[in-house]
Amino acid sequence: MVRKIDKDKARFDQIIRGRIKKDLKKYITGREMIGRKGRNIISIPVPQIDLPRFHYGDNQKSGVGQGEGEQGTPVQGDDGQGAAGDQPGQHILEVEVTLEELAKILGEELELPNIKPKGKSRIMAASGRYSGIRRIGPESLRHFKRTYRQALKRQISMGDYDIDNPIIVPINDDKRYRSWTERQNPDNNAVIIYMMDVSGSMGREQKEVVRLEAFWIDTWLRSQYKNLERRFIVHDAAAKEVDEHTFFHIRESGGTKISSALVLCNQLIEEKFLPYEWNIYPFHFSDGDNWSGRDTEKCIDVLKDNLLPVCNVFCYGQVKSAYGSGQFKRDLDKVFNDDERVISSDIPDRDAIMDSIKDFLGKGK
Amino acid sequence: MSIEAEIRRIQVEVEGYAREYGLDFFETIFEILEFDELNEVAAYGGFPTRYPHWRFGMEYNQLAKGYAYGLQKIYEMVINNDPCYAYLLKCNHLVDQKIVIAHVYGHCDFFKNNCWFSKTDRKMMDNMANHGTRIRQFAERFGQETVENFVDCCLSLDNLIDPHAPFIQRGESASSRDDGGDREVMKLRAKGYMDRYINPIEHIQKEREKLKKDKARKMRFPSREQKDVLLFLLYYAPLSRWQQEILSIMREEAYYFSPQMQTKIMNEGWASYWHSTIMTEKILRDSEVVDYADHHSGTLGTRPGRLNPYKIGIELFRDIEDRWNRGRFGKEWEDCDDLYEKHTWDKHLGLGREKIFEVRRTHNDVTFIDNFMTPEFMEAQKLFVYQFNPRTGQHEIASRDTRKVKESILYSLTNFGQPYIYVNNGNFRNRGELLLEHKWTGLELQTDHAADTMRNLQVIWKRPVHIVTVLGGKQVILSYDGKEFKKSDVSRAEKEETPTAAETTQ
Repeated sequence: MVRKIDKDKARFDQIIRGRIKKDLKKYITGREMIGRKGRNIISIPVPQIDLPRFHYGDNQKSGVGQGEGEQGTPVQGDDGQGAAGDQPGQHILEVEVTLEELAKILGEELELPNIKPKGKSRIMAASGRYSGIRRIGPESLRHFKRTYRQALKRQISMGDYDIDNPIIVPINDDKRYRSWTERQNPDNNAVIIYMMDVSGSMGREQKEVVRLEAFWIDTWLRSQYKNLERRFIVHDAAAKEVDEHTFFHIRESGGTKISSALVLCNQLIEEKFLPYEWNIYPFHFSDGDNWSGRDTEKCIDVLKDNLLPVCNVFCYGQVKSAYGSGQFKRDLDKVFNDDERVISSDIPDRDAIMDSIKDFLGKGK
Repeated sequence: MSIEAEIRRIQVEVEGYAREYGLDFFETIFEILEFDELNEVAAYGGFPTRYPHWRFGMEYNQLAKGYAYGLQKIYEMVINNDPCYAYLLKCNHLVDQKIVIAHVYGHCDFFKNNCWFSKTDRKMMDNMANHGTRIRQFAERFGQETVENFVDCCLSLDNLIDPHAPFIQRGESASSRDDGGDREVMKLRAKGYMDRYINPIEHIQKEREKLKKDKARKMRFPSREQKDVLLFLLYYAPLSRWQQEILSIMREEAYYFSPQMQTKIMNEGWASYWHSTIMTEKILRDSEVVDYADHHSGTLGTRPGRLNPYKIGIELFRDIEDRWNRGRFGKEWEDCDDLYEKHTWDKHLGLGREKIFEVRRTHNDVTFIDNFMTPEFMEAQKLFVYQFNPRTGQHEIASRDTRKVKESILYSLTNFGQPYIYVNNGNFRNRGELLLEHKWTGLELQTDHAADTMRNLQVIWKRPVHIVTVLGGKQVILSYDGKEFKKSDVSRAEKEETPTAAETTQ
């Protein structure tokens, strides 16, 4: 039987995906929930639609909190008044999510297929992970908190607990141990080669979009490959290899020759990453405003002759700069229309990041 | 024993204790649900038969995800209805069930006895089902999209109600409506030569002005500003029957839920007070202490950027109980400035219980905090005011001054921390346009949302709509005529027409 709520949920999902009621799409929020908070701590992206109402602007608000702290101590912003009216007694726990779990959530949310690594080296390696509790196990894996709790419970219920002298002595029955599950992981090497256009038209917001997108790509591919390397190439009219920090912070100016990056990328692969040992993922981000049609032709040649035969897939993401989006994606699509090895995607703003991840990684390559 | 039977046994036991303590509630029906069923019911605000709408799907999505990833869990839901309905989560620990059932009886007592709930529909369970049926019928007849769009419009305005309306006769009574026609200024009787002394010309002039103004006011439509914008629209907007009915349904539901928003702190505080009392004094077994403490502290946990209504509520009720037990109130107490004497003050009055029962009957959050939150309490609870610091781009602790803390809490609770918006004129510029007025209290509206809200308002009113508000320190009128938005200064004529925030009489 279809539950009533499933219909409402389906309708909500359709609005979120922009299939119906497109005018509501602008009220979708949840952007802050995507992205890294602190080290590896993350909140789950939950889309939400806030219907417009007459209300005060957020930043003018002050409020009352409870706890320690001097004047000037920052307060974690948290202004959820809760759903109107109902009285569900709920409490929110903060959980830490590891990158691995994060990738799993991402995979489930976007329905990403597992990647089939190319090449013959499809060796599986087993790895363990602590995921549960059991009553037997080696002392080295004893779970102190659980054991203590169990012993405390027992002593209280047996009347052995002395408030003035609260000593808890666990007996064998109280002891709890961590248990683990084994997982099979593909033992494979992969390299991501990020290329970014840093010409004058790429602003800070565009780079932020690329950074966020790269974070998610890393997260996902890391869950799929045991050994992941990353290389970074920036280019305007000429290309050079840089480290990660420089990649996201450099600001150049000048024109755009996309071919320069592709040539350098190819060089890198030839020198360091033998195609039969590595799964190779070149990602290129640009606003698509290439120098000339001639250069675009050159790009296509390099792709066809050199890159595509050795790469798993070539991904091109076109961000939107203050000057609009260029021609490059259209040119690319025209040539490689049916070629599964080339994936291009538009990323007009931060909200489009999830969709474009799905474009890139949804094919399972 | 099956779980159901076991829970039933606990329920009977807890109910007995609750009555012993003097709690008074409607019959309470407990339903035991699996987690996905509970999430569904919770998404519908507790009413499984509610009308279809995507936002319930959204709520469900959040609850389901929160549950699946272990972020949050609903323990219970209680519905204000006669009989009361309460939903329990089947997979909860038996200890948790005990706590929750005790908690539920606290809520039920509050629903039945708190005066702000006295006008709510106690047959809302049935009524919501009727609403659901109506809206489903409309959707079949006029198309889901059409109906849903209209529901969205109404929801976007559903905070424009007057929560005090059920208790006050507002607006014009018949007598005040018809007079004013050709009334002259009343003069005191005087002999001819004394007249100009007894009825001085200036005074007569002033009175005439007043009469004129009065008359002008009565010509206005509505004759006095109206806070229940939804009601005004219901009466006067050119709506078709089905639209009218939907608007009326949305308004009814908004009024039904509004006392729960008005008493969030009290309600949760009261329920927590009782679950804690009943558990610790009556039904907690030794073996359950640890789990109980774990659950209880989780519910009452505080975080810096947030006021936990459970925590503030229960602490305040306990504080009141303690003060009235020891006689720490009244003039004598207030006037005493001997710290030592204050510290050891105890008159053994034992009025605490009685007092908190009285408080739960007559107060709402605003008056609760205003009357009973003492500086000592605020200090003990480590309350502070935080503010947005534009330089660092984050919220920071601004002050621990108890006056400011209280002011800030009251400010955020009054009118639910939302702007005061009234219908000022339904025949603005004498062209049947609608003018709303935002009473300036120091905070600006968020303009993009305000604009979109006006778009929805215009869908209902059909003619152009305006709102007078303050932006950047200046009084302005925002207008939307169905095609474009305009922001204009308030002209002098309009200034006279719209009583400005400064001179409003309330």
